Amino acid sequence: MQTKLEQIRKEAQDVLDKLDSLDGLNNFRIEYLGKKGKLTQILRGMGNLSPEERPKIGQLANEIRTYLEERIEIKRQLLEEEALNQRLKDETIDVTMPGKTYHRGKLHPLSIVLNEIKDIFLGLGFEIAEGPEVELDYYNFEALNIPKNHPARDTQDTFYITENILLRTHTSPTQIRVMEKQDPPIKIIVPGRVYRSDAVDATHSPIFHQVEGLVIDKNITMGDLKGTLDVFAKEMFGHRTRTQFRPHHFPFTEPSAEMDVSCTTCDGAGCRVCSYTGWIEILGAGMVHPKVLMYGGIDPEKYSGFAFGMGLDRITNLKYGIDDIRLLFENDIRFLDQF
Amino acid sequence: MLVPLKWLKEYVDIDVSAEELAHRMTMTGSNVEGIHRKGEGIENVVVGKILTIEPHPNADKLVVCNVDTGTRQYRIVTGAPNVEAGQLVPVALDGATLPGGHKINRSKIRGVESWGMLCSGEELGLTDEDYPGAEIDGILVLKEEYPLGMDIREALGLDDDIIEFEITSNRPDCLSVIGIAREAAVTLDSSFRLPKIEVKAGVGDVNTEAAVKVKDPDLCPRYCARVVKDVKIAPSPRWMQQRLSAAGIRPINNIVDITNYVMLEMGQPMHAFDLDKLTGKTIVVRRAYDGEKLVTLDDKERLLNDNMLVIADTEKAIGLAGVMGGANTEISDDTRNVLLESATFDRGSIRMTAKTLGLRSESSSRFEKGLDINNARAAIDRAAQLIEELDAGTVVEGVIDVCNGSLDDRVLEVSWKRINELLGLDLSPEIMGNILKKLEFKVEIKGDNLELVIPSFRQDVEGVADIAEEVARIYGYDKIPMTLMEGTVSRGRRTRKQKLIDMVKDVLVGSGLYEVVTYSFTSPRVYETIGITDPQDIPKTVRIANPLGEDQSIMRTTQIPSILEVLSRNRNRGLPLCQVFEIGTAFLPKSLPLNELPEEKSILTIGEYGPGMDYYDLKGKIEILLKFLGLLNGAEFVPRVHPTFHPGRTAILKLGSAEAGIIGEIHPKVAENYQLEERVIMAELDLDILLDMAKDQRRYRPLPKYPAVTRDLALVVSKDTLAGQVERCIWEFGGELLEKVELFDVYAGSQIPEGYKSMAYALSYRAADRTLTDEEVNALHDSIVKGLEKTLGAKLR
Repeated sequence: MQTKLEQIRKEAQDVLDKLDSLDGLNNFRIEYLGKKGKLTQILRGMGNLSPEERPKIGQLANEIRTYLEERIEIKRQLLEEEALNQRLKDETIDVTMPGKTYHRGKLHPLSIVLNEIKDIFLGLGFEIAEGPEVELDYYNFEALNIPKNHPARDTQDTFYITENILLRTHTSPTQIRVMEKQDPPIKIIVPGRVYRSDAVDATHSPIFHQVEGLVIDKNITMGDLKGTLDVFAKEMFGHRTRTQFRPHHFPFTEPSAEMDVSCTTCDGAGCRVCSYTGWIEILGAGMVHPKVLMYGGIDPEKYSGFAFGMGLDRITNLKYGIDDIRLLFENDIRFLDQF
Repeated sequence: MLVPLKWLKEYVDIDVSAEELAHRMTMTGSNVEGIHRKGEGIENVVVGKILTIEPHPNADKLVVCNVDTGTRQYRIVTGAPNVEAGQLVPVALDGATLPGGHKINRSKIRGVESWGMLCSGEELGLTDEDYPGAEIDGILVLKEEYPLGMDIREALGLDDDIIEFEITSNRPDCLSVIGIAREAAVTLDSSFRLPKIEVKAGVGDVNTEAAVKVKDPDLCPRYCARVVKDVKIAPSPRWMQQRLSAAGIRPINNIVDITNYVMLEMGQPMHAFDLDKLTGKTIVVRRAYDGEKLVTLDDKERLLNDNMLVIADTEKAIGLAGVMGGANTEISDDTRNVLLESATFDRGSIRMTAKTLGLRSESSSRFEKGLDINNARAAIDRAAQLIEELDAGTVVEGVIDVCNGSLDDRVLEVSWKRINELLGLDLSPEIMGNILKKLEFKVEIKGDNLELVIPSFRQDVEGVADIAEEVARIYGYDKIPMTLMEGTVSRGRRTRKQKLIDMVKDVLVGSGLYEVVTYSFTSPRVYETIGITDPQDIPKTVRIANPLGEDQSIMRTTQIPSILEVLSRNRNRGLPLCQVFEIGTAFLPKSLPLNELPEEKSILTIGEYGPGMDYYDLKGKIEILLKFLGLLNGAEFVPRVHPTFHPGRTAILKLGSAEAGIIGEIHPKVAENYQLEERVIMAELDLDILLDMAKDQRRYRPLPKYPAVTRDLALVVSKDTLAGQVERCIWEFGGELLEKVELFDVYAGSQIPEGYKSMAYALSYRAADRTLTDEEVNALHDSIVKGLEKTLGAKLR
């Protein structure tokens, strides 16, 4: 019997070495180690052995069994490895071909820039106020120190609904509404859509957007106005940006100013974008007129404040180099996709 | 306001360049919009005299001139039809340049050497306003005697810089050369001088020649009149014409020009009447009668009302006060006697009159800003002086001066400490006082206060804020140090709604939509275009009284038309796929006519088209949004018929009992109106409702510990049974252990009877505290099946 066992071991080894498939390996296992396998059959004959021989044969048989199982395992791992490598090779693709398209949309450039402006002022402790677009003449003009029949109304051609209801020409009316409801300190920006009866061309649109701001507290000075807006300009256009304030006139602020920033294209050297002046006007500002504070129910003896206003469409165009305001309202996807 | 620099220099010393002046004036508040140089580009063109003219030997239409330029004579060929010997003309010499970059060189013209060119007005860039006769077809002939060889720019007054100032409505005193000169003097810290006004007159008495009655002194605080006899109407001298033209006013004749000159110089509009045409030789300043008519100088008949102030004689209206004179008393070549008017009118009345009649003039645009009552008197004497200097007539002695307004000084007391507080400066009251004195304020420092007398030409100064601005702008805005507000740190934050809107936009962008921004006004006919033709269905709208056009005359109540326009535009430009959204405002009047502000509703509108796209693409996006807002579980899509949409592919979104919006495929006829052939799917949602109901508080729920048991459920239902009904029913009978219901197949075909369809659902059951047994699940499943059968007549397949 011993010889027979050794014979099987040798035979199995040879067959095993030649195997090259997992199926073949499975069959081998069944053939030699299965219920009707060769090794098993031999061991059936163990009943005919003497009591001295049985343990020895038993031990040898187990040893051979273990040995074959080990070799099967090794072979299996080898075959699996080969199969995997082959599969990987077959799966090679052209990695340079285009990827699947996933659709993602975009925010409108006006929203992108407005978010930036909001972030800057939120960071300075401002809140965001909003108000109606269809407004009362009182809030749009009278409470801002522009009485009826005043030439200052000429600077803002107005769409009227009735004699006292109009489409707001700036977002300042909302500032009055806030002043009426809230005691100082007040620190707000007021973004929103405004309307002026301008014919449409590359730089004018009857519908556009503004961001205005209002700060009212004790001891607010014109120095604070300059400082706050200078910080805004640097955050918005870059830290090398310089600001310049020129005296101007608005009925609702006194002193009033217009603020320029150093041209973002040429850094102040002079170019076509800034008409060779080196400066670009971006907003109007001033100390809130005492009469306006009073319309808002705030005592000008105790409090002072500053206000400012900028055109969102204009700033968006400056920031991105857009040369025609109408593009913002045409909504060509190829345009919107650029921002 | 156009200000020629040479004229300006008569009243103030300026020794800096025009550019430097412009910059410094801008920085003290008189913004310069541009500097115009009329003679720009003209080099080496001089005054020459044509001595002789001979026909050109080789050309019929040309002549050869011998031209004397003082130092030399030149032979010049020209084809101009109007040349004559003895004329003084502009001569462009060899090497000269003309506006536009043209270079003139000597050349041979048809075989004859020409040493330059005789110039027409057009070639020099001139119009008749710059020089009368500049626009004729031919050489510019100079009418005055100029030295031969003089630079043509000097001769024609083209060598002057004209500075264009932007004058804000609070500074009518700067709508004059003297006003600008004052500002320049303060800006440059140089000396300012008013013209010395001296009228000789001495003959007669104005009160025998004319009279003035002011019936409505509230609208006319001051009226001054002078009389001029033996008037000789003639062109005004060259220097006055040049100044007027440079400032943008056309010269007419000496009398009219003088009134315009004084208006430009001193900022006081004036008028001249033909005295002989004044019935009763009396000026009556009164309100017009309702319906009264007047033909103004521009030959248009004006219909007046009793709010308008007119200048009249004893019989009829002869002028619109402060706006424009009447044709019936216009100065003509035959005028022999003149009445000069220099008055102060109520600013509001002038503005309203000008606006009502649609008639604005240099005069009205000054009066409406509020003029200095003292100036009326000074101006009329200045005009009289100029009439004498120009020898245009004999000025009668005396001034009729009807003054009902106050000539008192306006005093103001302000705290100089408050000025420092407002500006953020620390200036001494002396420094402030010096600045104010330069601006012609009278200043006395009394403790914490400045006692001021406001100069009469500064009607705009009323309080401490105005004084602060005067100090700051002259001291220099750039000298105010930049600071950041002192005080407690404030909390910058968005409101709940603002945060939600930002997040909603993120979700929509992530779903593939582009944000668009469209106009809020639209055409009243837009409802028809989106299929709403029944007048009962057309909503009330806010109508603009003065729109830019009919198609921009109502405020929108829906964004569907403007989104369709965007889709249409992109389709026309060749885009195969377009997915957009807008969050905007709908304007809903509460009642018409409008007597309170309309409701402004926040709406979200989505529109898309694309290959293979249909209703379910958009429904999917809406469901993602609803899920994000915590509203998906309570949401119901209820079929609805709406004229804008496909009758079989449209639903109303219901959240509880509220109707939150509509979603559907656009009706093919409506899509056609927008040149869209593909399926267009749109939704319009009431964002106010969505955000009010949104559940934005997130809370952790533990993950399930025990496995789920899934069962499929295949039903046969009638064809018009809705998935929503089936699902509601399944949930109703499913109990608490039902976790998920998913439709995975809808089939109508060979194995299903006619009029029915098969719907297959995958149901998922789970308990939180145990693994469910088959028996438990079977029982649940059975009750669902029974419930479906009872409620919907559904049968197991």
